[in-house]
Amino acid sequence: MKNPPALELVDVSKSFGKSLIIKGVSLSIPRGERHAIIGPNGAGKSTLFNLISGRFPVSGGRISLNGEEITGLPPFKINRRSLSRSFQVTNIFHRLSVYDNICCAVLWSRGYRYSFWHPLERLRDVRELAESIIEQIGLSRKRDVVAGALTYAEQRALELGITIAGGAEVILLDEPTAGMNRSETDEAVELIMRVTKGKTLLMVEHDMGVVFGMADRISVLVYGKILATGTPEEIRGNKEVQEAYLGEEALDATA
Amino acid sequence: MMNNTDAMSLTLGESKVRSRRWLVWVAAIAVPLLLPLVFRSGYALSMMCQMGIAVIFALSYNMLLGQSGLLSFGHAVYYGLGGYASIHALNAIGAGKLDFPVTLLPLIGGVTGLFFGIVFGYASTKRAGTVFAMISLGIGELMAAGSTVLPGFGGEAGISANRVTGKGLFGITYGPPVQVYYLIALWLVVSAILMYALTQTPLGRMANAVRDNPERAQFVGYNPQRVRFITLVLSAFFAGVAGGLTAINYEIVTQEYLTAHTSVTPLLMTFIGGAGYFFGPVLGAILVTFLQVVLGAYTKAWPLYMGVVFISTVLFAPQGLAGIVMQHRQVWSAGLMRRLVPAYAKVFVPACALLLGTICLVESTYHLTTEAQAGTQMSLFRIPLDVATPAPWIGAAALIAIGLYFFRRSCAAAALSWEGITAELQRRKSP
Amino acid sequence: MEFFLTSLLNGLSYGLLLFMLSSGLTLIFSMMGVLNFAHASFYMLGAYFAYQISSAIGFWPALVIAPLVLGLAGALLERYGLRTVHKSGHVAELLFTVGVALLVEEIVPLIWGRMAVKYAIPRELDFTLFSLFSTSFPAYRGFMLLVSVGMMVLLYVVLTRSRIGLIIQAALTHPEMVGALGHNVPRVFMLVFGVGTALAGLAGVIGGNAFVTEPSMAAAVGSIVFVIAVVGGLGSLEGAFIASLVLGIIQTFSVALDYSLSDLFAGSEVALLHDEALRSLFSIRISQMAPMIPYLVMVLMLIFRPQGLMGKRE
Repeated sequence: MKNPPALELVDVSKSFGKSLIIKGVSLSIPRGERHAIIGPNGAGKSTLFNLISGRFPVSGGRISLNGEEITGLPPFKINRRSLSRSFQVTNIFHRLSVYDNICCAVLWSRGYRYSFWHPLERLRDVRELAESIIEQIGLSRKRDVVAGALTYAEQRALELGITIAGGAEVILLDEPTAGMNRSETDEAVELIMRVTKGKTLLMVEHDMGVVFGMADRISVLVYGKILATGTPEEIRGNKEVQEAYLGEEALDATA
Repeated sequence: MMNNTDAMSLTLGESKVRSRRWLVWVAAIAVPLLLPLVFRSGYALSMMCQMGIAVIFALSYNMLLGQSGLLSFGHAVYYGLGGYASIHALNAIGAGKLDFPVTLLPLIGGVTGLFFGIVFGYASTKRAGTVFAMISLGIGELMAAGSTVLPGFGGEAGISANRVTGKGLFGITYGPPVQVYYLIALWLVVSAILMYALTQTPLGRMANAVRDNPERAQFVGYNPQRVRFITLVLSAFFAGVAGGLTAINYEIVTQEYLTAHTSVTPLLMTFIGGAGYFFGPVLGAILVTFLQVVLGAYTKAWPLYMGVVFISTVLFAPQGLAGIVMQHRQVWSAGLMRRLVPAYAKVFVPACALLLGTICLVESTYHLTTEAQAGTQMSLFRIPLDVATPAPWIGAAALIAIGLYFFRRSCAAAALSWEGITAELQRRKSP
Repeated sequence: MEFFLTSLLNGLSYGLLLFMLSSGLTLIFSMMGVLNFAHASFYMLGAYFAYQISSAIGFWPALVIAPLVLGLAGALLERYGLRTVHKSGHVAELLFTVGVALLVEEIVPLIWGRMAVKYAIPRELDFTLFSLFSTSFPAYRGFMLLVSVGMMVLLYVVLTRSRIGLIIQAALTHPEMVGALGHNVPRVFMLVFGVGTALAGLAGVIGGNAFVTEPSMAAAVGSIVFVIAVVGGLGSLEGAFIASLVLGIIQTFSVALDYSLSDLFAGSEVALLHDEALRSLFSIRISQMAPMIPYLVMVLMLIFRPQGLMGKRE
């Protein structure tokens, strides 16, 4: 294993009670690829993310990150191995300021762990990194506002900021443009492209314009199974995919 | 940037805060040191001793409630065990078996608290929320029940000691109460500074994060359970320090220190003072202790009044005293305070009537049921009353009814004018 | 053997009484996510109300009226107190019930004094039901058993057979769905809260005279009921039932057992016992340990099976 893929899933499955939601998904994402997962509602896209990031335990199969197995690890251990994720429903620290939100996301990666002897004010590396992230996500003017008081689009930006602040190599974004209008979506896409440059990106997205514009490769997930994986052109030309899912709407969107 | 101080914002403009912070801390250190020069009586001194200890205890409690979102019903465990360890150590020092300065005795209490924090925290911090509350209650009850049978707790009499161990340094023997006061003040200042500093560390910030959203904390690399555990252990240390100081102050430690009642006290103080602010528990501890001592001298019903204050805080002012102060500070600095005054004055009068009526009702009932042997004559605010006649009852009922009617009306008016002010503040902020 | 049987019966009646309390607590908790700290206060109020009513018009009317009054009081408390703090989250709700518990604990002595009141067993039931060898089993214990079992059966039937019971069961697991289907969830909450407090009141009516009616009775039983809720598994009625019986029986037995560890080693000289602290530790009688046992059980449960007897793993 000279150059292992950034993220590899081997025959991953998940059942809740009797219903099998993920039915043996295998996926290999090389380093630096931008990979999108598309599929109809209820296909198991978010569940797949929850399995990869350790939120739910898998029922079967293996997941490895940079060649190291991470199956069964708790989320915080997976995160420490340089995998970070965002959430479909905004998941931030509501009573903390924007700055403190980003600060929290930076601390572990800077090695401060559970320290109760470092005064935060004196940690220049944390401060500078946090400030630069806030600038990247365009929230400098809202630096000291509590996160709960931000607008929806600002909260989405903060969500992204928290996700990338730890400097993770593999980034999972769960519907980063959900609930945004056209111009907000365009801004978000540009932002995502900028902050994830050089990283491995795996994202779930419903907006076909975004998917076909951003992704290097696309996987189509239908009823817990991967129907096809390929470049945007291959996916667009795939008969099976068209029948099962894409239909005319997507072709319109990408035309 | 003027728009940094949002009405919703908990964080204030950085530089403004930083320049004022020094002033606040200088005052916080100077006031406890200068107080005995103003209040010289033994009564005042003993009250201030109690306040100092209560402040440490409440601040340590708020490391859990306010900063980590952990509602504990068992904080007395660390306070009480710290107290017991200290009193045993004090006895050992007195008997010459242990060579340890009394000044540092609270450290023994603290380390004991820390140790039991590690033992019990392991089981209790696995979960937050309601489950944590119940487990802390269970551990509290376990220790309270245990103290009645296990050796080392001195049975019902408790364990007493003499804080004057003979070996005075520079004439400090801790015989005179004022010396004990300064010992408490010293530990208060040191503990408060340390606990404040803790809120400004990676752990302190992550405790806030885990309070707000334990799940998200996991996805930035932190184990919420570990964050809670370390916070609880540190908080237990300061509770133990408070216990150690109490042991020195009263020279006796009893089972009372470990009861649920002792656990609820810092909860009341913290919540009434305002758990969302560092200085909230300080206000709460001072106020509750003051009421406890002063009211306690006048009426046996003081816990009832305390309960009323607590439940009113929960219902009407969940931000506590500190929250009210901070809200009005904004209005004050915007120069809008005088707009509120008339509305507040209108609330004040019926509120007084309501309060007076309630007090009259409670005290008359109390007199009738618990002090029946003393006859039916009593005096309230120097006014003689005969609870066997209908006069005090009718008077109380009338005061309550009329007071309540006008109180509700004036409250609605005050709420309106408050809304007006908030809207005005918002307008000024957004250019 | 006679000791065993009478203790078992006593434990059973005590355990069933505990279940009457913990079932209400569990129902309220699993539906609303609120741990009602004032639950035991309603138990105490039940006893005091029953005392007041029975001294005026007799025990039997009290048996009906007191729980009804408390059920109504509980429903009002939910409607006008709990619901207003609901928006501030579960901790605020919990704190509200703590406040209520504090107030009740102070108001009760304000009205009835700090000493225990003479709330006696009704004359009709003040006889020995049967005697086992030399120990007698009082009829009132039998009556307690009867009422508890009757209540339990009624609760079971209502929950599994009636329409409202089915809605409650559905709301336990899927509160949003039940709301979406057009049922008035807040009103269901109010009803459940009222029923829960009425059950606690009933437990007070029949428990108050079997034990002692005094201002500290709420605190004494309150924490044990919480232990039951944790040991049984939060939100599980079956778990609460088993835990109530087990803890009731354990407590009854341990109070009656007058042995200590040193009795175990009596006769054989154990070197350990030269140490004074250890010796005093060894001479603690099980009956003295009794108050600690429920909490020990809880801590052990948390270490070995954190989800409780019947709780679901997360």
